[in-house]
Amino acid sequence: MISHNFRRALVPIATLGVASMVLTGCASGTSGTGGPGDAGEADGVVTIYGTIADTEAELLEESWADWEEANDIDIQYESSKEFEAQISIRAQGGNAPDIAIFPQPGLLGDLASRDYIQPAPEGVAANVAEYWSEDWAAYGTTGDTLYGAPLMASVKGFVWYSPSQFAEWGVDVPETWDDLLALTQTIADETGTAPWCAGFGSDAATGWPGTDWVEDLVLREAGADTYDKWVSHEIPFSDPAIVSAFDSVGDILLNPDFVNAGFGDVKSINSTPFGDPARALGDGTCALHHQASFFDGFIQDPKNGNATVGPDADIWAFVTPSVEAGGNAVTGGGEIVGAFSNDEETIAVQEYLSSAEWANSRVALGGVISANNGLDPANASSPILQQAIEILQNPDTTFRFDASDLMPGVVGAGSFWTGMVDWVNGKSTEEVLSTIDASWPSE
Amino acid sequence: MSAFLSWIATLPSLAQIPLVLLAFFAVIALLIFFIEIAPRSGRKYTIIRAAACVLFPALIFLALGSVLWAAAAAAVFGGLFFLLDYRSKQGAGYLFQLVGFMSPAVFLLAIGLIYPTIQTTIQAFMNSRGTRFVGLENFIWIFTQDTGIRTVLNTVVWVLIVPTVSTIFGLAYAVFIDKSRGEKIFKILVFMPMAISFVGASIIWRFVYAVRPEGQEQIGLLNQIVVWMGGQPVDWISNSPWNTFFLIVVLIWIQTGFAMVILSAAIKGVPAEQLEAAELDGTNAWQRFINVTVPGIRSSLVVVLTTISIASLKVFDIVRTMTAGANETSVIANEMYSQWQGFEVGRSAAFAVVLFVMVLPIVVYNARQIAKQREIR
Repeated sequence: MISHNFRRALVPIATLGVASMVLTGCASGTSGTGGPGDAGEADGVVTIYGTIADTEAELLEESWADWEEANDIDIQYESSKEFEAQISIRAQGGNAPDIAIFPQPGLLGDLASRDYIQPAPEGVAANVAEYWSEDWAAYGTTGDTLYGAPLMASVKGFVWYSPSQFAEWGVDVPETWDDLLALTQTIADETGTAPWCAGFGSDAATGWPGTDWVEDLVLREAGADTYDKWVSHEIPFSDPAIVSAFDSVGDILLNPDFVNAGFGDVKSINSTPFGDPARALGDGTCALHHQASFFDGFIQDPKNGNATVGPDADIWAFVTPSVEAGGNAVTGGGEIVGAFSNDEETIAVQEYLSSAEWANSRVALGGVISANNGLDPANASSPILQQAIEILQNPDTTFRFDASDLMPGVVGAGSFWTGMVDWVNGKSTEEVLSTIDASWPSE
Repeated sequence: MSAFLSWIATLPSLAQIPLVLLAFFAVIALLIFFIEIAPRSGRKYTIIRAAACVLFPALIFLALGSVLWAAAAAAVFGGLFFLLDYRSKQGAGYLFQLVGFMSPAVFLLAIGLIYPTIQTTIQAFMNSRGTRFVGLENFIWIFTQDTGIRTVLNTVVWVLIVPTVSTIFGLAYAVFIDKSRGEKIFKILVFMPMAISFVGASIIWRFVYAVRPEGQEQIGLLNQIVVWMGGQPVDWISNSPWNTFFLIVVLIWIQTGFAMVILSAAIKGVPAEQLEAAELDGTNAWQRFINVTVPGIRSSLVVVLTTISIASLKVFDIVRTMTAGANETSVIANEMYSQWQGFEVGRSAAFAVVLFVMVLPIVVYNARQIAKQREIR
């Protein structure tokens, strides 16, 4: 009898059990461990987690090798291409590294506002005040608290071109946005093919090169104030200023006569990996390409573009022109170093990474720059990087951090990217912008 | 546990494999011991239980280093096993034994399934930080914005197409190769995709769908065929809404083997007498299939359909690997993960609840079918 009753009970229990399985994957404790209490112990080892991988990671480890030995601290660096996804999972799971190098200040802000990140120690705060501009300090600040110091930097919005081709067609580097459009038309007429090449492909991050375009245009057309309001969502994506920036980008990217040189039609932008235009630039099928300062690595890569970069070399670059001549606004990116632990050794490493000493040590190894004022431009390894340092250190430059990196992750590393892909695929600007607006975090 | 894992990590990698396997088997053996062996009566089992009474306290002593705790554990285990041993004389199926031996499983179910279910449901009605009750706001958000509706619709499309198509394909294949020469090899061919992980399968198919601009060499099989036929290369996985169907093909490719194996076994279970009787009545092959075979394998069909339905409701890996939800291909599980990763715990939990509600009817139906069969037997 009992066993019969039990059997009858078994079906609902099994139902609940199986159905629950669907839900278990996503249940997460919202109660965080860590946070601004004491976290971590001084054990001679400091773990660092970041996106910088392969050769870049080796150079990073080389940059602090001497300091490690002198201070008897073992820095263990771990990189992951899935950093953006993993860091929030590791933080929420109580398995965070001592230090994380965030390429996205917005992500640092997300974690900081949820009490996972330690406020910056005094030494770091002093270094930030001494070596970085207020703008840069603000990228490591959430609320009124400084959470970390910037590490490296890059200048975005370069337009790569071939000086010899320009001489052949008798055209000059444009002064204004309208000049750029006129230049594009001239080259199109001259060559009979599309002048611009673009590639948005980047696996799960597909679409990010498109956000750089929009950010450059928002900053140049609407100015720094509007840009800041846009980043903090005081004005929505559907604001006329943002619509106008999309329209301007569309004048080039959505025009089948202007793209996609060497790759196909407008839609091929989405399926072209972002590094591939280097090849088209190198073999001369593409006249103009918009990408950050890091692109010279791709152009000079023998397996890809195999061209030289310099004012008199195969390929050179100018900064995307402003609406009026003489504009000095640029967008850029960089990393912010945030710490989950606050033991002595972690603090020592943080202070070292925020010093001019480290910046010079790393930049001298080549390939990167920093916005640190104590940096000697002569240490930079290539002409484009020297130019980028000059732009960063010039007091007249209006510098703004990459907007998508400042926005909350669900937008900046999510709907903004997919929105750009949809937009290139032919979805209307209004529809794309309202979709992005709807995805903005609830609070 | 973490000390054990850190210790393992210091060993050479080849030595790690047998150790991890050993640890795995030890845990499994312990579970089987509780479920299978322990409830029986007999001297052998009394000895096993007596040994366990010594072993568990010894382990606790090693782990905690406290004699008091070990003594307490010995008392509890000793008492428990004595009671179980005493009661087992009254035969299996006794309620006390059921409770005794099911409690570990029930406990694990409770902390692993039931507690998270309740917690997720509560989170679905809270804001992203879990600090404020927001009512239905998260659900309203899902059903009022484009991507949310698209996500739910896509999931519905998956669950309508994948189970039907893979069951039909699996059934047809099973019928056609039944009793044919080389049946085993034909079965292996279709079953093999089951052995490939979803991510692996997605990467394979991403190559199949790969597109290169016109005039260049196509590395994708499908586009190469299109070009051979004189067509223009198509970007299969970025043109909405057709891209969802191209992703669905991957899951069908995986699940057809599962459907085929189960249904093939069921077809072989249909009594030959019934088929002969139908043949004598003058039916053709199609009529025999519809009127004899299909009713005969009805219960297997239900199992296959419901299992694949649940698998396609939960689909995540394929979408994540192939498009990450871009170009309007997102599904609920993928959106659930993206929102959670972006600290939108409330919205993520709301997606989970929507998925839960969608799974529930299927599971209830399945459970009722199983209950019905029990009654027949």
